[in-house]
Amino acid sequence: MSVFVALTFSGVALGAIYFLAASGLSLIYGLMDILNFAHGLFMTLGAYAAWDVATHVPVSWGAPFVFVVALVAAVAGGALAAGLTEVLVIRPLYGRPVSQILVTIGLDLAVTGLLLGGFGSNSLSVPVPLWMMEASHIGGVNLPNADFVALLGGVVILVALEWFLRRTRYGIIIRAGVENRAMVSALGINVARAFSVVFVIGGAMAGVAGLLYAVVFSGDLISPTQGDSLLIFAFIVVVIGGLGSIRGSAIAALMVGLVQDYTNFYWGSHSGMAEIGNLSVVLLLALVLEWRPRGLFGSTL
Amino acid sequence: MKLTRSLVFGGALLVFFAALPYIGLHVAWVLPSTVNVVNSTGTLEVLALCFIFAGVALGYDVIFGFTGLLSLGPVMYFATGVYVFDITLTRWNWPLAPALALTFGVSLVLAVVLGAIALRVSGIAFTMVTLAFAQAFYYLIEDNPHGLTGGDTGLALSSVRLPEFMSGAVSNTRNLYWIAFGFLVVAYAVVWLVTESATGHVLVAIRENERRLEVLGIEPFRYKLAAYTLSSMVATGGGVAYILLIGTAVPSAVASTTVTLSILIMVVLGGAGTRWGAVTGAMLYVYLQQYLLKVAAEPSFASMPSVLRVPLSQPQFLLGTIFVLFVIFVPGGLAGLASRRSRSLKVTQREGRRRV
Amino acid sequence: MTNAVHVEDLHVSIAGSHVLQGVSFEVPSSGVTSLLGRNGVGKTTTLRALLGLVAGTGSVHIMGTEVLGWPTHRIVRLGVGYVPEDRDVFSALTVEENLRLAEQTSEPRYDEVYTLFPELRERRRQRAGTLSGGQQQMVSIARALLNGWPLLLVDEPSKGLAPRLVSELAEVLERAATLATILLVEQNLALVKRLAQRIIVLDHGEVVHVGVAGELDDPLMARRFLGVAGAL
Repeated sequence: MSVFVALTFSGVALGAIYFLAASGLSLIYGLMDILNFAHGLFMTLGAYAAWDVATHVPVSWGAPFVFVVALVAAVAGGALAAGLTEVLVIRPLYGRPVSQILVTIGLDLAVTGLLLGGFGSNSLSVPVPLWMMEASHIGGVNLPNADFVALLGGVVILVALEWFLRRTRYGIIIRAGVENRAMVSALGINVARAFSVVFVIGGAMAGVAGLLYAVVFSGDLISPTQGDSLLIFAFIVVVIGGLGSIRGSAIAALMVGLVQDYTNFYWGSHSGMAEIGNLSVVLLLALVLEWRPRGLFGSTL
Repeated sequence: MKLTRSLVFGGALLVFFAALPYIGLHVAWVLPSTVNVVNSTGTLEVLALCFIFAGVALGYDVIFGFTGLLSLGPVMYFATGVYVFDITLTRWNWPLAPALALTFGVSLVLAVVLGAIALRVSGIAFTMVTLAFAQAFYYLIEDNPHGLTGGDTGLALSSVRLPEFMSGAVSNTRNLYWIAFGFLVVAYAVVWLVTESATGHVLVAIRENERRLEVLGIEPFRYKLAAYTLSSMVATGGGVAYILLIGTAVPSAVASTTVTLSILIMVVLGGAGTRWGAVTGAMLYVYLQQYLLKVAAEPSFASMPSVLRVPLSQPQFLLGTIFVLFVIFVPGGLAGLASRRSRSLKVTQREGRRRV
Repeated sequence: MTNAVHVEDLHVSIAGSHVLQGVSFEVPSSGVTSLLGRNGVGKTTTLRALLGLVAGTGSVHIMGTEVLGWPTHRIVRLGVGYVPEDRDVFSALTVEENLRLAEQTSEPRYDEVYTLFPELRERRRQRAGTLSGGQQQMVSIARALLNGWPLLLVDEPSKGLAPRLVSELAEVLERAATLATILLVEQNLALVKRLAQRIIVLDHGEVVHVGVAGELDDPLMARRFLGVAGAL
């Protein structure tokens, strides 16, 4: 029983990170019809920004503070990368959605190549507080503290995003734009500016996802191609949840995280089944699409 | 008139590349091999690789460029060609003919079944489903089920059951070059026949306006599935030629999404929806990639300041950058440059309509 | 005084078909001008081209300014309210959010709008997608009126409405016409005759007739312009 609880908990934590990765992707798709392949890059750059800042901050400041600074750096790094991407390569291609997808693919390859050249394919280690490597003993179960951080990150972002979308003018513009972009501009609103806002927000969330994934699931290590492998799962989450739906992404992320975690634990140790977790996620995708081709939550926010 | 001209041009190219292994010319700088002779083993190998990807890109162009479906799964069928052929020969010790039959049979079944599932959804969802299937296939190969694929370490091709002239021996490079070239010629012929036929026109009509076809009483699904299957079978052929040439199957090199993206880039660089474009784009891409690797390995390179050395030593960075610039500034690719006016007009119209 | 709208030799192609083939007309800056014609002659496309929602060539002046090629939001901010065909309310947004989205001035006229449509005040927290067709039309018109802009482009407002609602709609538009110039696309001849002073008739992507609304009293004229019996 306690094994099951621990397993569920880590599945939920994984789901929280998938949500962070997928929600920005879903927003960008919903508003702009762009399948953003550079989103994995934003995650990677966020993680590298965190690593860079964290290794330059004096250790005497204390590990928890260093980690907070790293988190801020991840947000800034992801947001900056996304903002530049939108302005430099997405904006010149408005009205050419297929080209916009292609250009994000090229950008992802180019910058990942640059990172591989600059840092090598070896992983770098992000300093984290000792507390995050330990586990808490709650109700007879050992739960990794890092998982709490992931979960907290996911919940905070979900609440903040819902608030932003419901309460702010930009949020309303984005929800309206997901439904009918042309009509938004016919009300006198500069939709292009909303595009930039969405990209920057998406990038910021990707940065957090990149750092937390490294810290929680990859032993504090970051590598140039880490974002790309996370991106595939983010894509799957977005499709299962329904393109453009934040709540759909949240629920689908939990489903994917749990399915992956359970199958990995119960069958993954059998020979030739090390990838069963990943495979079952794809199977889940196929099943959902057979049942509901538009995903679980259609296309409204 | 136009047909005669392209026949003459195509025939000349055919003769040139078929005869190339006999050209012992010494050429400085431009060759991708450190040996500056045209018919050196290294150069022949790179050219053979160019042909293989040209064929695969051409097949992919049928589904992406002609039919307008952004599939991100071609690598799955390429990997099927590589691995099923490799496994039947190496692990099961089958003779060549049944091995080939099984390889293409598996590919056909996979393409029809998975294509039918993926084509239930359209647009971006289709793209993501194909991507997810391909990724699952990659995981499966990495998993090394029953010790078949060799997992991450890869699986070297055993040439015990291969005819002598096909084995991976260095002396056979010339033969393997011709096999690769033969694959490209066959792929080109098949794609030419299909795209010029009535079916080909339906495919283009699907790209331009699928709904109008439905109004005319034509069921697009069957045609889309046919295009998907054809393009998959061509990719499988490329996989077989690849494993014969390279001799080793490694998942990251033949089954990862990076391969799919490379194929997509080749087609877009050359000009999606054109046969010559796909071929030229692929040849150029593979050639440049190999050439850049050679340049980066030269000793003079190490003395460069790292600001220059690091980016220049990464073909992935350079090719990605070239691709981005092409997408923004040369929308029709190389083929579009050749016939700038008519082509770029078509692309804008097509994309304009998708937006509406 | 400059015209509210001045269109000169406007051409628009959509998906390869030449929808507008050199349309020219003027809308004086008061009263209601109605754009008439059979289905598919390009009336909606004309309105969309005025707003930059479809690309065209030629010349379009809105309140004296050449706007062809401008992005839509800049054209709208010159002072153009738009009531699209099929209403296009944002169904996932509440009534209030739909209106809030339309705010472009520092003093949006909520009082006026809610006086005109008391029902919307009651339903302001309801999602627009759950409203009836008539209520959605109110939201759509309210959005266009909210900023008190001098020009309204109204596309087939009576489409799909019950007869009782059409007469309510006519009253609303009559009130609106005292405050703004209206360019009205409408198939309901009775409504056109009640509201409009001037008519412009389109056929096959060209203007074929410009006249006064009174001409529509002649059933033969009505049939000639619209291919429908004047009885409507």
